[in-house]
Amino acid sequence: MAADMRLPTIRKPVSLSVSTSDRKDLVVPGDVITSDTGFMRGHGTYVDEDKLTASVAGEVQRVDKLICVRPLKTRFNGEVGDVVVGRITEVQQKRWKVETNSRLDSVLLLSSVNLPGGELRRRSAEDELTMREYLQEGDLISAEVQSVFSDGALSLHTRSLKYGKLGQGVLVQLSPSLIKRQKTHFHNLPCGASIILGNNGFVWLYPTPEQQEEEAGGFYTSLEPVSLSDREVISRLRNCLLALAAHKVLLYDTSVLYCYESSLQHQVKDILKPEVMEEIVMLTQQKLLEQEG
Amino acid sequence: MAGLELLSDQGYRLDGRKASELRKVQARMGVFAQADGSAYLEQGNTKALAVVYGPHEIRGSRSRALHDRAVINCQYSMATFSTAERKRRPHGDRKSTEMSLHLKQTFEAAVMTQLYPRSQIDIYVKILQSDGGNYSVCVNAATLAVIDAGIPMRDYVCACTVGFVDETPLADLCYAEESGGVSSLALALLPRGGQIALLQMDARLHQDHLETLIEAAMTACKGVSKVLDEVVRQHLQEVSVLTGE
Repeated sequence: MAADMRLPTIRKPVSLSVSTSDRKDLVVPGDVITSDTGFMRGHGTYVDEDKLTASVAGEVQRVDKLICVRPLKTRFNGEVGDVVVGRITEVQQKRWKVETNSRLDSVLLLSSVNLPGGELRRRSAEDELTMREYLQEGDLISAEVQSVFSDGALSLHTRSLKYGKLGQGVLVQLSPSLIKRQKTHFHNLPCGASIILGNNGFVWLYPTPEQQEEEAGGFYTSLEPVSLSDREVISRLRNCLLALAAHKVLLYDTSVLYCYESSLQHQVKDILKPEVMEEIVMLTQQKLLEQEG
Repeated sequence: MAGLELLSDQGYRLDGRKASELRKVQARMGVFAQADGSAYLEQGNTKALAVVYGPHEIRGSRSRALHDRAVINCQYSMATFSTAERKRRPHGDRKSTEMSLHLKQTFEAAVMTQLYPRSQIDIYVKILQSDGGNYSVCVNAATLAVIDAGIPMRDYVCACTVGFVDETPLADLCYAEESGGVSSLALALLPRGGQIALLQMDARLHQDHLETLIEAAMTACKGVSKVLDEVVRQHLQEVSVLTGE
């Protein structure tokens, strides 16, 4: 078997934008942003002897009188309405704990899931006892953020048929800052697979379901074997996502699709080779620029 | 003086540095994709790798959770191949446990833990090659990793070891100097405010000299902070060009 080896070298991520000018709005922890007391203290800042000081490294954002510093990379800060993909870590009384790449584990209440047997069903004590039959530790779910608690923990809900337990597919964990916010995060890509781009940086790739099952309430998981061609498409998409993430390209349906198209001339396993990755990402960025016009 | 002459008459040290000269510092941020933050730092021949996970839900016993701030969990370890004599245990021995505790104290002083109640921040540091000043190199590497993870800090924490030979303070000791029977002092500093996060000395020193030694250590820490600052700004610049919309 031929082995592929290379020496460790620092590779700069490729980029088509040529803004090499020093940006003034970048700060590091301890930098004084302003000593004017008329401003309000936002995230990533603190007040030290009447001076507004940065506490994280990132860019300064100013909204009217409010000053925030947004770090380049951070854990997921959930907002109401965000689509997330998460993993069940614990089954408790009337609630599941879900790991969503957030600062604290999120909560999925029994009362905020659709149970089989219709929307308007009372949650009985029996339901509480059989919670583990619906979702158990290690299961993956897609959900929406319902509310944010005061300590920053998220409360999720799956009260729609598009959310629920995830069946067969591939999970890719990326940085939440790479996901572009869009109207919809569920896409059926024309290449033959579907994708859920969770706002929390968890991306779920799965074969496009043939028809929507009703009445299952999102707890039905198909165990039918997935065809080889579907699996190849999903693996290729996964490698494309990793390539885009390595070069810090924003992820949304168009960028993923363009990357997929650019990668077609290479074998699936070759996509993650640094040279090939650079080439594919370069092509993708070019297509994106052309499309923007 | 036993055997080695640590400071020559011309004012040069064993490795040819001046008394207040630091070793060359080289660093990189964001070396791992899986961790929330990571950094690699070389200070002379001492090399350290730091990784930060968190803030995340408390793993293990939930009783450790604090209702008003985050728990900082540090682990210091030395690679078995990091010293001249192969180490038996990479971590868990007395020395490493003590070092972990010191790192924890240092970062509790700098990280704004009160923003993340009931959560946990893990800092893992590994020495890949040991040539003196292990504690300070660990602190410097961990600072970069914490910044990379986007965790709020009051300021950088910079650390440096300083020794006292022939009435002169020597900055940033290497292994040969540390083992040469010098009374040395390790200092971790928040450079902008000049607050001391940790001060450690386990040797005998005359009271009159302490002030000059601390003074020298602070200057050295500020020197380190300048280098770290450059590294962070460089990294920010590179990444923000890519992600900047």
